[in-house]
Amino acid sequence: MSKRLGVGGQFIDRSKPIKFQFNGRRFSGFKGDTLASALLANDQVLIGRSFKYHRPRGIVSSGSEEPNALMNLGENETFEPNQRATTTELFEGLTAFSQNHWPSLNFDIGVINNYLSRFLPAGFYYKMFIHPRPFWKYIYEPFIRQSAGLGKAPSVKDTSDYEHFYAFYDLVIIGGGISGLNAALTAAESGLKILIMEQNSEWGGRCLVDFPFINEEPGLKYISRILSELRKYKNVTMRSRMMGAGVYDHGYLLGYERLNDHLSTNEGPRHRLWRIRAKQIITATGAIERPLSFPGNDIPGIMLASAVRDYATNFGVAVGDKVAIFTNNDDAYRTAITLHEIGVTVPVIIDARSSGGGELAHHAKELGIRVENGKAISKVFGQKRVKAVTICDYEKSDANKEKIECDSIAMSGGWSPVVHLFSHCGGKLKWDEDLAMFRPDKAAKPTSSDGLPFVTAVGSANGFLLMNEVLIDTLDGSRTAIRAAGGKINNKKTKEFLDKNEKAPEAIWISPKDANIKKRSKTWLDFQNDVKVSDVELAAREGFESVEHAKRYTTLGMATDQGKLSNINGLAILSSTLGKEIPRVGTTTFRPPYTPISLGSIGGSARNELFQPIRKTPIHEWHEKKGAYMEPVGQWRRPFCYPKEGETHQKAVEREINQTRSSLGLLDASTLGKLLVTGPDAGKFLDMLYTNMMSTLKVGKCRYGLMCSENGFLIDDGVVARIDEQTWLCHTTSGGADRIHSHMEEWLQTEWWDWKVYVANLTEQFAQIGVVGPNARKLLEKIGGLDVSKDALGFMEWKEGKLGKYDARIFRISFSGELSFEVAVPAGQGMAFWKELIELGEEFGVMPYGTEALHVMRAEKGFIMIGDETDGTVIPQDLNLTWAISKKKEDFLGKRAQERAHMVDPNRWKLVGLETLDGSVLPDGAYSTAQGFNSNGQRSTQGRITSSYYSPTLKRGIAMGLILNGPSREGEIIEFPKIDGTIIPAKITSPVFYDPDGEKQNV
Amino acid sequence: MLIFTCPYCGIEADETELTPGGEAHLKRFGPGSSDEEFEGYLFNRENPKGVHFERWRHVYGCGKWFHAARCTLTLEVFGTYSAQTFEPPEEIKERIRAKRPGWKWRNFS
Repeated sequence: MSKRLGVGGQFIDRSKPIKFQFNGRRFSGFKGDTLASALLANDQVLIGRSFKYHRPRGIVSSGSEEPNALMNLGENETFEPNQRATTTELFEGLTAFSQNHWPSLNFDIGVINNYLSRFLPAGFYYKMFIHPRPFWKYIYEPFIRQSAGLGKAPSVKDTSDYEHFYAFYDLVIIGGGISGLNAALTAAESGLKILIMEQNSEWGGRCLVDFPFINEEPGLKYISRILSELRKYKNVTMRSRMMGAGVYDHGYLLGYERLNDHLSTNEGPRHRLWRIRAKQIITATGAIERPLSFPGNDIPGIMLASAVRDYATNFGVAVGDKVAIFTNNDDAYRTAITLHEIGVTVPVIIDARSSGGGELAHHAKELGIRVENGKAISKVFGQKRVKAVTICDYEKSDANKEKIECDSIAMSGGWSPVVHLFSHCGGKLKWDEDLAMFRPDKAAKPTSSDGLPFVTAVGSANGFLLMNEVLIDTLDGSRTAIRAAGGKINNKKTKEFLDKNEKAPEAIWISPKDANIKKRSKTWLDFQNDVKVSDVELAAREGFESVEHAKRYTTLGMATDQGKLSNINGLAILSSTLGKEIPRVGTTTFRPPYTPISLGSIGGSARNELFQPIRKTPIHEWHEKKGAYMEPVGQWRRPFCYPKEGETHQKAVEREINQTRSSLGLLDASTLGKLLVTGPDAGKFLDMLYTNMMSTLKVGKCRYGLMCSENGFLIDDGVVARIDEQTWLCHTTSGGADRIHSHMEEWLQTEWWDWKVYVANLTEQFAQIGVVGPNARKLLEKIGGLDVSKDALGFMEWKEGKLGKYDARIFRISFSGELSFEVAVPAGQGMAFWKELIELGEEFGVMPYGTEALHVMRAEKGFIMIGDETDGTVIPQDLNLTWAISKKKEDFLGKRAQERAHMVDPNRWKLVGLETLDGSVLPDGAYSTAQGFNSNGQRSTQGRITSSYYSPTLKRGIAMGLILNGPSREGEIIEFPKIDGTIIPAKITSPVFYDPDGEKQNV
Repeated sequence: MLIFTCPYCGIEADETELTPGGEAHLKRFGPGSSDEEFEGYLFNRENPKGVHFERWRHVYGCGKWFHAARCTLTLEVFGTYSAQTFEPPEEIKERIRAKRPGWKWRNFS
């Protein structure tokens, strides 16, 4: 059994017990424990089920590479799935649930997949669920979805806080092990601003476990000495519990700091995302131990050798009573020695190398530990826990077989440098045949804006595994980075470290070497996703030869650990199956983040009301007070309608329209874009931007104008007023103001930069109010001031002066078809002006109306709306707006495009009105079917609805649509199928349903 | 997350301050041009693995459009310059020649 020992445990404080829960059971650990070490201390070896076959799974590692020990952590608003027990620090009251099983961890029905595994090879889902086609949607997909997926989605809102932090450093060091700390020390007096981060809570990395002494100084003391030295430097910032998540272009770097995951409280930000710009980055990210591939290597109790000694040394936990060691290198002997020293039996060290190991192996033998060279494991006994192993000759699986009892196996397949951060931004790797690893290529580091390298890997992350080499490489690499960041170099030398004489590892990718298919299909590569040696071989045989294809076909390395343990083993199998060398097969791409980071941290404080700024008109507060139902229009919020108590939105809209058409309505039109274009060349400029002529517009007059992109399509419309000889005020759509302002700037700055024109966006400078309806003039006259009589202010004219006490500019324009004035006043006067209009309008029964009434009224008049009648593929000619396209102008944006054959095709979908025969409302966006079928076998179409409303004025449904040759087919009846299969016939009409002669607005 | 120095305000602008505007130095073809000319102007773009000239706007800064010469492969920036020009400044072309001998892009080399 796994248990807490009476001795050891440099991270834990035995005087501070901590209670926690796992799957509803109460456990206890110590301060300093991780969830994983505390579970192991309580003999909880089975901690989850695998993804595909639901096989029992145990903890494999002691760090962020953990593929198995994924937990649903917390409850309710702190619930989070897929958290690694190995990186979760224990705190009072922690609750964890294991994943991927039903009904319970011990008895899981999904394990039936395990017995069907012969029939569930790689690509099974792709092959099985493709026929018959209709089955996918209704049978296969719902079933697969139910059984797939890791963890659970949270059901309530996360109440934690998250934040972003912007930081700038000359040098950032990722990794706080012996390499990172020495790099920081080397750089401390360089004059540079330095940040060093460590993903764990403890500094020191493997040094604390693997090197009891650094040149006569105890490892722990050595690390704390460097730490206290570093803390003296004001230019050095140190952060633990912070992971380097990703390295990006030009020295951009993401740091993921976990601030209170280890605490019982949820106060202050939980995670902080550091958005860093670094001149130089040092990756001192160490290395990760590789598992070995042998039959049954996924059974709980089988762990990485380094993890076994981590649990012993750091947490005082023995992972078993009898721990067998299986290795291809010298490092795993450290585990044997550590275990022996704390009194755990090591029944055998199985070394695949026929010549055995070096000094450490010698030491182990001296301690009396049995060492078997040239041997391998051919079978593991046990299901939820290792019971025994069969060992045999590595070369020959039926030679010298022997069953040895053990309840745990520590395995080591050698070490892989953590090259992720080096590779994120283009750093290249090279294959080291001797050490069987991909290591950073010094000649192909990621480069920055100056074309020079900005990331340097040092120490184990650079492929150096012996301490002396690590220290030399760290000094060397640090100096390179310091120099590149513009810092001073000192000439201190490192003290030589006397390494043990270690013998080179021997790459063994499958054990035993002659394992048959039965054994290979029990040999796991990816523990979480259940990818076995036989799956990768199958993928290669089926032609998925590229490593990227094989990955996606088998899902090797696609689990939440992203192949940290499995990648190298998997591609070694792939390369041997293909008969290619490993470097020719290559690795899959390393992409950020290094380990998953919380979505909350990515969002930071951009949540709820801080998600995006909301633009408010000067009258916004009034709308809210009156209970207006608001809708988003771009970043604005506009009243959709003003429902009265107990009134539906539909009824409110109808009431607002009826009152406006019969007496008086008010619209807050302040969101309308207002771009002032001025300068000697302003007229020339606007002639290029609008399809019609703006330079000939007389001062005091207004003109409706259309804007097209250079590709010919309509992008905006609005009324242009000429203010003076060289100034025009261009109204844009509410959502289009900023876009059109940018559009103008772009052409002015990049094409006609010698034209003398200036554009200012005045949108927010003015409140603009539509005073609409037969009594509109009476209301303005009641306020008094400017003469707004028909003769003094004709249709499509504007005027400015005092209206009551307000500084007003009155445009006599109409988007509703009624007598209508749009009055602009300075934003600061907007609210007072609006309130006065409401007050004085009382005798006319004045009603504010919202955007929906605006939409319906414009549709009744057949006026187009950008975004309804246009969708980026519509030209003005389609909307019968040829009258607004100048034939005199030689050029305007979109003119050449509109001359293209397809644009002048007479058979285009064109704007018409549509009336249903039964008065019902057509569904918006519905297509009209035509005879025959297209080349895809789909029913042919002849047009679609662009706007559709119930018109309270006409008391029936009205619609506008784009119909093939529409205007020439007036009177024809066409069909619109609905989703429910019924068909609505509709008659093609003119799009102008209301007051076609314009008598109402012209009074 | 690129960084460009805005040639107008001199600020080293982070990519989040900028908006990309596609290929630089396009010649506009309007009415009277052939279909081929117009197609080339509106649609056909260089897509080099290497030296490239782009338009960027310092939209959350001074608001000015500028041009950038950079390597799409290594992300090296050879320089930024005014958008109000028909070709890259000689000094930038010289810098590219030194770093990428034999370099060619449309009519520039």
